[in-house]
Amino acid sequence: MTHMRDRRGLPPISMLQLSFLAICLALLMSSGMLSGCGGKKSETGAGVGDHTRIIENKGSDTLVNLALAWAEAYMEAHPEVSVSVTGGGSGTGIAAMINGTVSIANASREMKPEEIAAAKANGVSPVEFAVAHDAIAVVVSPSNPVQYLTIKQISDIYTGEIQNWMEVGGENRPIVLLSRESNSGTYVYFLENVIRMGNSKSKLLFSPDTLLMPSSEGISSEIRQNPNAIGYDGLGYVTGDQKVIAVSKSGNGPFVVPSAQTVKNGSYPIARPLYMYTGGEPAGQIKDYIEWILNGGQTLVAKLGFVPLQ
Amino acid sequence: MWQNWALSLYNKISQRPGRRRAGSSETAGKPWTEFFIESTIRVLGFSTIGFVLLIFFFLLKEGLPVLWEVSPGNLFGIRWYPTFDIFGTLPLILGSAYVTIAAIAIALPLGVTTAVFIREAAPDWAREILKPLIEVLAGIPSVVLGFFGMHVIAPLVRTTLHVPTGLTAFTGAVLLAYMSLPTIISVAEDALDSVPKSYRDAALAMGATHWQTIWRVIVPAARSGVAVAVMLGMGRAIGETMAVMMVTGNAARMPLSLGSLFMPVRTMTATVAAEMGEVANGSVHYHALFGIGIILFILTFIINILAASAIFKKRQKGGLR
Repeated sequence: MTHMRDRRGLPPISMLQLSFLAICLALLMSSGMLSGCGGKKSETGAGVGDHTRIIENKGSDTLVNLALAWAEAYMEAHPEVSVSVTGGGSGTGIAAMINGTVSIANASREMKPEEIAAAKANGVSPVEFAVAHDAIAVVVSPSNPVQYLTIKQISDIYTGEIQNWMEVGGENRPIVLLSRESNSGTYVYFLENVIRMGNSKSKLLFSPDTLLMPSSEGISSEIRQNPNAIGYDGLGYVTGDQKVIAVSKSGNGPFVVPSAQTVKNGSYPIARPLYMYTGGEPAGQIKDYIEWILNGGQTLVAKLGFVPLQ
Repeated sequence: MWQNWALSLYNKISQRPGRRRAGSSETAGKPWTEFFIESTIRVLGFSTIGFVLLIFFFLLKEGLPVLWEVSPGNLFGIRWYPTFDIFGTLPLILGSAYVTIAAIAIALPLGVTTAVFIREAAPDWAREILKPLIEVLAGIPSVVLGFFGMHVIAPLVRTTLHVPTGLTAFTGAVLLAYMSLPTIISVAEDALDSVPKSYRDAALAMGATHWQTIWRVIVPAARSGVAVAVMLGMGRAIGETMAVMMVTGNAARMPLSLGSLFMPVRTMTATVAAEMGEVANGSVHYHALFGIGIILFILTFIINILAASAIFKKRQKGGLR
């Protein structure tokens, strides 16, 4: 009985204590990480010359697979260099570049004026390199009969103006809107160039019913199994089991399916350049790496579903 | 195990000879090891309080600025578009509340009946198997459950209930119910266990059947313990992040009708988790996310305090009932 009594007393107390402990551990770890980053910063800062052997590369989730492929190929040719690539979103990478924790930031959008100002305030002058082109594909489930949409129709669908597939020539089904999270560069690009149709004065927003998926995988798994869903993502992330919609800029113009060809010749309307940013004019190993990406590395771009510069 | 060890250590310390022989010459020569252990334990104990306070001050420091950076009308509005400086937290707060309440509505009957079965009806061998299994249930990582929910439960919800998408508040509630079940079962079971044997004997002596004894005497006698179980389960559910983010669809819409159960929602935890990685340090959005953190902290704190004080009161009256 005494044993029972003891045990009975424990759950709430130990739960509280456990949660405290967990928070404390998290705090300790984060402070450890911060100091770790600080250490790294001074290392790369000191070694921007010829002796840099570690290139930290972080940012856009759209670019992460391509950046990894580049890193692997480059490290094969230059075993003395180590390139580490992480994702997290364009904003995350740019913030890390401004803080000096990474040497190269990957971004699927241009730096915002306030980010450039923040960099200047921190003594960093970012340099921009367009490294590849990307098209944003609008995708639906293979069982959805809809094949063609105009930008205006896509905009109306995403603002909630059109709520049934019947209104755009499909079956009588409700439309389920899928989007990437608002921290994704793809989200901002899609909003500005598709929903607002490039009109900078437009105040249109995603419908509040839009499902924000934390990953590309979240979008593709929902598209695969839900005939009501419409989504968008970088061309490199569209798998064979999703149906890509042919898009037209105006009501009577040609409907174009995104591909390397149509992006390069400019006929596909939802395409954008992808960027790498360095804090200051690159030198030494970093310069060599970026030059290689802009020339030799371009052969890898098409393999990953993106569009090369030339 | 370590709890027993700590208890015996505590007993040793509290019954140390130095204190018993107060006034004798030995008190001055208190062994330094004891002093060391005692003060270490004391420092560790008090540091817990210190850490909570530090965390709370940190949250306040980072979160409170949002109150003067964002107008109250915006802050308690019904639209959450942080990229465009629209910080209406209402859909997020309601979203968390909606999912949590739905989860408890699912978990409460399941949890209480399971506890009743384990305590009152199951044969000994079944109890020996069930109890550890329920503890295993508590150990499944939430991201695994989230993956399972995304690929199995969500399609199932969509096809069987004929809703536009399976990523709904209901799907999240099912997963959360599953996660809070271990807490609810074990606390409810303890509550049932502490109903005095005399109640049971009296009911049976009055001619009540086993079933009548359980449902009319034992469960009602344990109801405040069950309420504690519900509160602890709620505390578990409201703070859950990963699984909820993967299956609720994360659309920041206002869940106002019963039909919203089968529509997507966005919870506070999912919002913080999804957006904190991106946000610029010190921006309005950053402060808004910490503001959400303050709300979450206060909510879970209140729930835990209510549960703990209920347990404390009941134990003073003799047993958790």
